[in-house]
Amino acid sequence: MCRLFAITSKTPLSPMVAMEAMDIMREGHDGSGVGLFLRDLSGPFEEMKEAPILSGIFTEAGIKRLDRFMMDLGFMTKYKISIKVPKVPLPGTPRRDVYLIRAYEYPEGWEALPFQELGRRLLNIRLQLRTMGEKEEDMIVFSFWPDVIMIKEIGDPMKVAHHLNLDRKELHARVIMAQGRQNTNYAINLYACHPFFIEGYATMTNGENTAFVPIREYLLSRNVLGYTGYQSDSEVFTHILHYTLNRLGLGIEAYKHIITPLQDKDLTAHPNGAFLKQLKHSCRQLTIDGPNCVIGCLPDHSLFMVQDRKKLRPGVVGGKPGCWAFSSEICGLDAAIPDRDKSKDFQPMHLDTTMVGPDRQEVKICSQTAPLALPH
Amino acid sequence: MLPNRPISPSTLSVKDLLWQVAWSKDKCTLCGRCTSVCPVSAIELGVFRKRTLNTDLASAAPPSNVYQVYHGIRQKTDPAYACVGCAMCNLVCPNDAIVPMHSDEADKQRFHINRGGSPRSRGGRRNVPGGILDQIKFIRISMLTDPALDAGRHEFELRTLLGRVLPPEENIKFFKENGWIPPVREIYPLVIGSMSFGALSPNMWEGLQLGVAYLNEELGMPVRMCTGEGGCPPRLLRSRFLKYTILQIASGYFGWDEIIHALPEMKEDPCAIEIKYGQGAKPGDGGLLMWHKVNKLIAAIRGVPTGVSLPSPPTHQTKYSIEEAVAKMIQSMYMAWGFRVPVYPKISGTSTAMAVLNNLTRNQYAAGLAIDGEDGGTGAAYNVSMDHMGHPIATNIRDAYLNLAKLGKQNEIPLFAGGGVGKNGNLAANAAALIMLGASGVQIGKYVMQAAAGCLGSESDRCNICNIGQCPKGITSQDPRLYRRLDVDMVAERVVDLFLSFDTELKKIVAPLGRSTTLPIGMSDALGISDYHAAERLSIKYVV
Repeated sequence: MCRLFAITSKTPLSPMVAMEAMDIMREGHDGSGVGLFLRDLSGPFEEMKEAPILSGIFTEAGIKRLDRFMMDLGFMTKYKISIKVPKVPLPGTPRRDVYLIRAYEYPEGWEALPFQELGRRLLNIRLQLRTMGEKEEDMIVFSFWPDVIMIKEIGDPMKVAHHLNLDRKELHARVIMAQGRQNTNYAINLYACHPFFIEGYATMTNGENTAFVPIREYLLSRNVLGYTGYQSDSEVFTHILHYTLNRLGLGIEAYKHIITPLQDKDLTAHPNGAFLKQLKHSCRQLTIDGPNCVIGCLPDHSLFMVQDRKKLRPGVVGGKPGCWAFSSEICGLDAAIPDRDKSKDFQPMHLDTTMVGPDRQEVKICSQTAPLALPH
Repeated sequence: MLPNRPISPSTLSVKDLLWQVAWSKDKCTLCGRCTSVCPVSAIELGVFRKRTLNTDLASAAPPSNVYQVYHGIRQKTDPAYACVGCAMCNLVCPNDAIVPMHSDEADKQRFHINRGGSPRSRGGRRNVPGGILDQIKFIRISMLTDPALDAGRHEFELRTLLGRVLPPEENIKFFKENGWIPPVREIYPLVIGSMSFGALSPNMWEGLQLGVAYLNEELGMPVRMCTGEGGCPPRLLRSRFLKYTILQIASGYFGWDEIIHALPEMKEDPCAIEIKYGQGAKPGDGGLLMWHKVNKLIAAIRGVPTGVSLPSPPTHQTKYSIEEAVAKMIQSMYMAWGFRVPVYPKISGTSTAMAVLNNLTRNQYAAGLAIDGEDGGTGAAYNVSMDHMGHPIATNIRDAYLNLAKLGKQNEIPLFAGGGVGKNGNLAANAAALIMLGASGVQIGKYVMQAAAGCLGSESDRCNICNIGQCPKGITSQDPRLYRRLDVDMVAERVVDLFLSFDTELKKIVAPLGRSTTLPIGMSDALGISDYHAAERLSIKYVV
């Protein structure tokens, strides 16, 4: 089973906060991998919030191909973090040449584009790089987006963190999501490692999604750029989130109505019952049949957690104004924010969507039975 | 046979028949029940002459003989009266003195059941036992990371949708704009398929309706039943139970005069309208109700004279092409109920099903597609159609689903699979396999007759005389002397038993796969088969 930890803090934090929480929860994962998502960055990236940052792992040859490709498009490197890989490799972790975190200047004229178009182009470039890399096995790309860094590697989270020396100022961020991976029935492939990211939306998931195949088929057939991959059954959660908010124009409160729609009695009693019934029918193929706990981050930097309908995976939210964490287990929360009011810790149940907004002032709990703000 | 009896080409011995009646003189009480119950008069009272030799070794008297007469049962060998193996004789015999036995080799009667140049017609299913559905296993058992569910205590929502489901974007837009959103029914995924009032006896039909009403109103299971092409009893049309009924319209339009006239008096909308273009048992052939069964009641409901055979044309005669037929008929049927009732076509399994399906994807009104595979049953069809025509349902459904998935319309047009579901008794397993191959639900007909009314028919060519109105169980007969054998309430009770046990079995299949909140439509990763080519063809796992 994977273990998840996410934190949003007014004061930028080191990724090690999340890694330590992950380490505390190590009984719940098998140390087969780690995924890290950093957003609302501080340090050098604070000054370049608009610049797209490419995160990935490259071979020497891959870097050369990347440089040529990006230069042909007109991208110029603006800033980069060099993660020096120690000479002695970490047992169980493949030998890598370069962990790349590089911010780019947009090609001339791109800045004037509407953000939506810009985002589409960035996504397209990431997908092209992924395809190029899969062919030659010389690049793995995780994200290409402003103010977002992603690092993924095979191995024990803490050991990987030390190996890559992640406790550095340049990587401090206000939103951090981390996942300690359990290698289940999908091959060890970094593209199967969450968090997953698409156009500003990121999620990570605990548990297996038994309805994976029909959902994957449905998403693949949406003809939406970026709905590809699916090396992991968890990737569909990110894409369903993107689909709900970006394509259907609904709010985060509707996400749960899509993945775990209400049943008859609740639907009849719901003030938006008629709409939700339609939504349940038309999005039937996106209903999950987890046991799943999903933690995600929205483009506005909100964090949220939802549970499945039947076999809730462990998940708890707690903290204090200015700093809130979402964790698989309370011990993870204790490690990250020990000085919180523990009596206010909240474990979302089958109807809840728990959110902390960009202001980081409070935990908002939205029940599926509550009225839904519909788009006008 | 007397030595001077002429032998004609169709002169057969008992050995040449498919079913041979074994009769025990010792046990027989000569009560005559067997001869009177036999639906095809295959047996009659026989007077036998027997010679007994008296050769008493002890006495010196010379050997003598005596001719005696005894009475018993004689099996007719005329192919027209060949035993059908129904074993009603055995059922009624107080002493178990009589039983039909299946021939140990291929019979010879099959070459002679075409007297007058009329080939054999019959009811039942394709006379081929077995099938691919039974070979499919459910292999993705949830272990460890995703523990299996408790089939007995977990909550399940195993319903399906019947109706055109809009893509989410359009649905939200139309909802906002108060536009027309096609009607969609949430129904139980096991549907009682189209068996007409006429093909079935009044008692059978009433029993089914009663069972369906009970399932809906007492047990909360939204089970639906399709009328088949034979109209609908006027009282049902005007009752609240109509909402549990799918009205079928087929090429003979039988019963539709009555239905149209009842429209203004309907209290409820029917569940849906099924337009029949074909059926699996006799693909490319129209429905057939033979004259034996067209009595006064049937004639009245269908709007025809009594005592005439009612063959429906193979296609809807008023239409020029299937494209036009589908578009116009769907439109007309929607209009009849003010666009509140889903309308979908049913076709027989065919290699051209994808053409029909693709046509439907472009018709915004098409509410689904039902495909009836080669193993489907029928009340009457030519034997050649049943045994040799048609397409297996598994590949048809799989192709249709994958085709829809390619178009991104797998949630928009629900597919319903029929034809041999539960043929070997494995109803839930067959249904679940079809659902995971991509069907939104399954239709059953023959299975209901077997489970709910004790139909004796089999794929070893047992009974299968639904066509001539002599059904020994009274299921497919219009003769009150026969159908009074069927107790309406007991049929209803069996319908309920059948659905409840199916429901439990379906949960026992989906729970270990970790599924409960939605029907696992298209969950093909759960399926495996030990036939490599079948696995390749169905895009499921090959397991040995």
